[in-house]
Formats: sequence, structure tokens, C-alpha cells
Amino acid sequence: MNWESVSAFINMGGYGTYVWGSFGVTAACFAFELLALRARRRQIISALKAGD
Amino acid sequence: MSSIRWYKYSSPQTFYPLAGRLAPWFGVTAALVALYGLYISFFLAPTDFQQGEAYRIIFIHVPAAWLSMFLYLIMAAWAAIGLAWHTRLSSMMALAIAPTGAVMTFIALWTGALWGKPMWGAWWVWDARLTSELILLFLYLGFMFLHAAIDDPRRADRAAAVIAIVGAINVPIIYFSVKWWNTLHQGASVSLTKSPTMASTMLWGMLIMSVAFWLYSIAAVLTRVRSVILERERNADWVRQLGENA
Amino acid sequence: MTPPGLLDCMKTVIARDVRIALRRRADVMTSLIFFVIVVSLFPLGIGADPVLLRTLGPGVVWVAALLACMLALGRLFANDHADGTLEQLILSPQPLSLLVLAKTIAHWLTTGLPLVVIAPLLGLQFNLDADALLVLIASLLLGTPTLSLIGAIGAALTLGLRGGGALLALLILPLYIPVLIFGAGAVEATAAALGATAHLSILGALLLCTLVFAPWATALALKIATE
Repeated sequence: MNWESVSAFINMGGYGTYVWGSFGVTAACFAFELLALRARRRQIISALKAGD
Repeated sequence: MSSIRWYKYSSPQTFYPLAGRLAPWFGVTAALVALYGLYISFFLAPTDFQQGEAYRIIFIHVPAAWLSMFLYLIMAAWAAIGLAWHTRLSSMMALAIAPTGAVMTFIALWTGALWGKPMWGAWWVWDARLTSELILLFLYLGFMFLHAAIDDPRRADRAAAVIAIVGAINVPIIYFSVKWWNTLHQGASVSLTKSPTMASTMLWGMLIMSVAFWLYSIAAVLTRVRSVILERERNADWVRQLGENA
Repeated sequence: MTPPGLLDCMKTVIARDVRIALRRRADVMTSLIFFVIVVSLFPLGIGADPVLLRTLGPGVVWVAALLACMLALGRLFANDHADGTLEQLILSPQPLSLLVLAKTIAHWLTTGLPLVVIAPLLGLQFNLDADALLVLIASLLLGTPTLSLIGAIGAALTLGLRGGGALLALLILPLYIPVLIFGAGAVEATAAALGATAHLSILGALLLCTLVFAPWATALALKIATE
């Protein structure tokens, strides 16, 4: 294991903001994309239901 | 497998359910591979001698950059097929790939900046690779905006295909020019991509994360193309039946 | 009656377009004046330190030339599209890519070439010395035709679209970047007393490749836009 404690893990040798800023924003981007995909699908399905 | 069975899936109607069945598998596999990749990134890969813990950003930055370039080529290929053979589904695939590619490019740029700041003190160094990524983002946006600006879907598909192909041909030229420019203007004599001697664990981690990003991209694109198919084919009988039954 | 040869057709197209452009001198002058104004804005924004200006000069002149070229692209096909001439060109038996090449040549003669002529005067405003000015002319002479050729693809793709100008910029400017890098780089290399031969050679190569590929892509884009 690399980390002595949870706080060392979060701190990342002083680079915590950068590392977690990177991983965090990446996760947020994927989450955003997935939500947008779901919203797009919902929109077309409900448009189809309404149209017919 | 005879070729006839594959041809069956080149119609939006038959591809739609296939994509629906495949997407979740790719998604789940992506998540599992990503977990393994993250485990390597944080718990197996040792601390770097020169860069400390900040180098771990590489496990996102490099996969995202690779995917951004790879997805652009695949997008251009699908667009070219749609242009040459007038197959609607091919153009829909290109359209479905673009947003995911743009997201990957953005992630590459963001993580590149966050890696550069602690290492070289600036949020943006005009590194050849980062600058090329920025231009790649413009190419993705150009494709998407051109498509959005044209009302007729067929004209939109074909026009966007032309710009995608022109862009794809230009990517190596642009990259070469930016590299040349970067070595001349050695303002910051840094290279984000001149990596420290890589422990094999680091390479392995990057590879695993790349696979995870790749699987995720497939899942996202398959999901998106389903929506594109429904939107485009909304007047077809099979789509109307879906609307009635759903 | 023998049908007109290809070269005659191209010459006719070039002559016609140049004649029309000369009649609508305002259009031609606008992009030239835009070029001059943009170049003049930079010292106003950055300061008049001669050393700084000499360093920035090549890049500034080149970027302004790029933007001026792009500004003028709108009229490459739009006017002909509006009055039906474009459709005639597309339907004609001559290869469309060569007719497109002719139109692009005419466009360059009335847009790019004036830039090349004016540029040395602007270069003087930035304290570029004689060698650098000569290379500036050479680089623009090799580069502006490439810009017109690439720009034609964008103009054809965005034909008749709303928001055309800004969309054209988004599509075309990334493709312009290699020309910019080697064009400005040539002048900077000369100013630094390194040779500009490599840069100019690459500019020449870019021009040749674009000459071969771009008219064909533009013709394809025109057919897509008008069918």
C-alpha cells in the first residue's frame, strides 16, 4: 500500500487539489454526459408518445 | 458468419435493439475495468521520484488524450462511409461519437492544465500536445455546430462529413506544425509529455484506464445513437409503434 | 461550333469574377481596410515599444491577413448562389473542381494579392528590416493562395446558412493554423538571422497539396449545399 492514512491519501503529498480536481472533474464530466444522454432519450420518447 | 447477417445491422431499425442490448454490457465492463485501473493508479503505482503524487493525473490525462484523437478518426471514418455509400446509420454514428469525443478532449485539456500548474507553475503552457488538443476541440465543435446549423438532415450529415474528413487529414499537419512551433518558441522548456522514466506499473495503469475509457465511450455512443435513430426516424412505422407501446 | 476548351472556360470564369469584383470595389476595399485597421490595433493595445513591435510584427501581420482573407470568403459563392450562376457552373459539363479553382484564383487576385502588396508598408510600422519585409512578402505570396483555397471549402459548406460568418471562422481557422505557423515563422526566422528557406519550402508544399485537394473538396461541398 502506498498510503499511511486516509488523510495522507486525500492530501496526495500536497497535490491534493490538483489530483482530486482532475479525477473529480473527470467523474463529473462522465456523470454529466450520462445524465444528458438520459435526458435526451426521455425527451424523444415522450415526444413520440405525445405525437401519436 | 455470413456477410448477410452483418448487413442486417446496417439499417437503423435493426441496429436500434442491438445497440440497446450491447450498451449496458459495455457500461458495466467499463466500470469494472475503471475500478481496477483506479486501484492501480492509487495503490499499486509507486510515488514518482520527481513529481510526487501529482503525476497520478497521468492516469486520466493520457487515456483521455488518446481517446480524443482515436474517437475523432473513428468519427471521420463513419462520416466518410456515410458520405460515400449514402448509409444513414453511418452518419448517425458519426453524429453520436462527436459529443463523447469533445468531452474526452475537454478532460485532456483540464487535466493537462491541472498537471501543469503544480509542475511548471502555469495553468497553460503552450506545449505541442496540449495546443493540438485545443485545436482538436475546435474541430469537434466545428463538426457539431456545422451539423446543427443545417436544417436538412441529409445535407447536414454530408456537409459535416466533409469537414470531418478535411479535419482528419489536417490533424497530422496541424500536430507537426505545432510541434515545430513549440520547439522554436522554447519559452517554457518543458514538455508535459516527456515523461519521467516510466515504471511498468505506470504504463500498465495508463493502458487499463485507456481500455476503461474506450469501453465507456462505446457505451455512451451506442446509447446516444439510439436517441439519434429515434429522432431521425420518428416518422417510420416501427418508431411510431415503439411510441405507442412504450 | 467547337465547344470551348477547359482552359478557356477557366479563363472566362476568372475574368468574369475579377471584372465583377472590380465593379464592386467597396467589397474588395473593405477587407483590405480591415487588414490595415486590425494591424494598427495591436500597437494601440500593446504599446509602442519598438523592440516589442518588431518581435510581434510578423505574427500580427499574419493573423490580420488570415482574418481579412476569411472575411472576404463570404462573397466567393454567395453572390453567384443568389442569382443562379452557381447552379449553372455546377451543371456545366466542365469539371466543377477546376471551375472552383478558377473562382478561387479570381478571389485571391482581388483579396489575397492586395494584402501581399500592402503588407510591407504595415511591416514598416513594426520596424521590420528589409530582409524580414522581403520574406514577409514571400510568405504571404505563398500563404494567401492556400488560405483562399482552404477557405473556399468552408465557404461552400456554409453556403446560405444563418450565422454563416462565425461558423465559417470556427470551421476554417483551425485549418489555417499550419499556414500561420510557417508563414509568421518564416519572417521571425529571418529577423533572428536564421534561414527562412525551410519555412518557405513548407509553405510551398502546403500550397501544392492544397491546390490538389481543396478544389475537389470544395466542389463536393458545393454539390452537397445545393442539391
